Amino acid sequence: MKNCEYQQIDPRALAVSPASAESDAGKRAQRPRRKWEVFPGKNRFFFDGRLILAGQSGVLPLTLGLIVVTCGLFFAFDCPFLVEHLTVFIPVIGGVLFLFVILSLLRTSFTDPGILPRATPDEAADIEKQIDTSGSSTYRPPPRTKEVLINQQVVKLKYCFTCKTFRPPRTSHCSLCDNCVERFDHHCPWVGNCVGKRNYRFFYSFIVSLSFLTSFIFGCVITHITLRSQSGQSLIQAIQESPLVICFFSIWSILGLSGFHTYLVASNLTTNEDIKGSWSSKRASEESGNPYSYNSIITNCCVTLCGPMPPSLIDRRGLLPLDETLPVASTSEIELPPFVAKNDAHMCTQSTKDALERAVHELCPPGSPKTTPLGLEVCSRAAPSPEPSAAAGCSRQQALQPMAASCPPFSRSNKRDSLHSTNPAFRLAFPSPSLSRATFIIGNATDVGFLPLP
Amino acid sequence: MRQQAAIAAKVFIQRDYTNGTVCQFQTKFPSELETRIDKQQFEETVRTLNNLYAEAEKLGSQSYIEGCMACLTAYTIFLCMETHYEKVLKKIAKYIQEQNEKIYAPRGLLLTDPIERGLRVIEVTIFEDRSLTR
Repeated sequence: MKNCEYQQIDPRALAVSPASAESDAGKRAQRPRRKWEVFPGKNRFFFDGRLILAGQSGVLPLTLGLIVVTCGLFFAFDCPFLVEHLTVFIPVIGGVLFLFVILSLLRTSFTDPGILPRATPDEAADIEKQIDTSGSSTYRPPPRTKEVLINQQVVKLKYCFTCKTFRPPRTSHCSLCDNCVERFDHHCPWVGNCVGKRNYRFFYSFIVSLSFLTSFIFGCVITHITLRSQSGQSLIQAIQESPLVICFFSIWSILGLSGFHTYLVASNLTTNEDIKGSWSSKRASEESGNPYSYNSIITNCCVTLCGPMPPSLIDRRGLLPLDETLPVASTSEIELPPFVAKNDAHMCTQSTKDALERAVHELCPPGSPKTTPLGLEVCSRAAPSPEPSAAAGCSRQQALQPMAASCPPFSRSNKRDSLHSTNPAFRLAFPSPSLSRATFIIGNATDVGFLPLP
Repeated sequence: MRQQAAIAAKVFIQRDYTNGTVCQFQTKFPSELETRIDKQQFEETVRTLNNLYAEAEKLGSQSYIEGCMACLTAYTIFLCMETHYEKVLKKIAKYIQEQNEKIYAPRGLLLTDPIERGLRVIEVTIFEDRSLTR
């Protein structure tokens, strides 16, 4: 008889709740899962969670391909010639640089950039309690921000609705990966990953070493062509055989990017901050300087590139306790949609009502009868009125036009309500006779009749 | 037979960003713990944790040497060596376990290592006070 996988339940375990006893039996039949398998962000994992990549890997294969092809052509066509005519160190240097570039690239792509794990339900509930929700009557909840003082400077921390936590300073939510990343620089499609706190130094060494590599290859190729043309061989053939074209186009952009990032490293800025101009000196006074800068280029460089290596916070290979269901995502989704849906719908109707109310107040000068005897829905189309009083009327008609555009949908949908409507937004009074002649009713209110106003 | 104690509440000690992005926690004593533990004791724990995290992220010659070595070896050195930060994290885990055993568990409290919460909060779980029923 074969070994039965099912084992007898330990009676002592029954002292605990029956649910966990079931899971104990289930545990033996089911292998324990790792945390990367239930990770809520859009990332891909390899080698059982050891390597992480963004969901949209972008053009990483293209980047690798370009580098490998360029170097391959270089080693195949230029090196033999140059080894003969110059020195044997050329392929050695080329090889070392190539290796450095590939290792840095792979390290950048497959390292966790500094992803912040999402808040547990208890944490999220605690934060929600602390946030002031007194503005429930307005149609749009105010953006949740918290202000902190960092090095005597006010910095606003935003609340992340996806991760359910206040983002630490310099953290940003990447929409492509659906994660909050610490010290978020940018999402690089060439590398297929976000660039953040943990992999910025790898990214920087990748682009710097790539600049050296492309400059080196470019220089060698030019030398090769020069030497060949001097010895009388065909120039065209030499160019065709060389990786010159690829190098020529990429070298300027890579050099530019290296220069830009060297500037960022020296001033302890991220691409995100630089683009948004968060600490730009153009704004206000000197108080809006970068609070994270050490005001010394060398210190900034050392801190960014040689600082301590922070650990990965997402614990990809940790084992999940089997009695836990899928984390934050499910409970938070249940909480959020009703809130969002209600507010959206409310927002739509409220904002349209506000717009109509404003238009009404613009049209009716104070002191004029604001209501008609019957609750009529009257929408006027802006007819060009020849009356001179329409000098004031024209502006009103212009004000009416956008309203007329929004009116018909309302009139159609609120047919029944409008006939007996007491909502001031739907009642328009036109004290001047000129305008009253120009009015007519849109929609199905014709059976009610049109009451000319005195 | 171990009985599972019921969780009465959870208190979260948030991060303190006044010194920048370094990992520091607020030392303010939460009101929910007033009946359970001495204020001085708790603040001492948090202060020690803050000092340990500051040590992990310290910018000194050791971290620079480690960084430069890593750069020169194309970061392959991290595959064999443990970083300074990881060593300090182990120290922190041991310290928290010690504190839990000696001080917090007898009072019906439990500290969760912040690394398990992404270094965002120190989670203090308050268990129901069973001493009254015994």
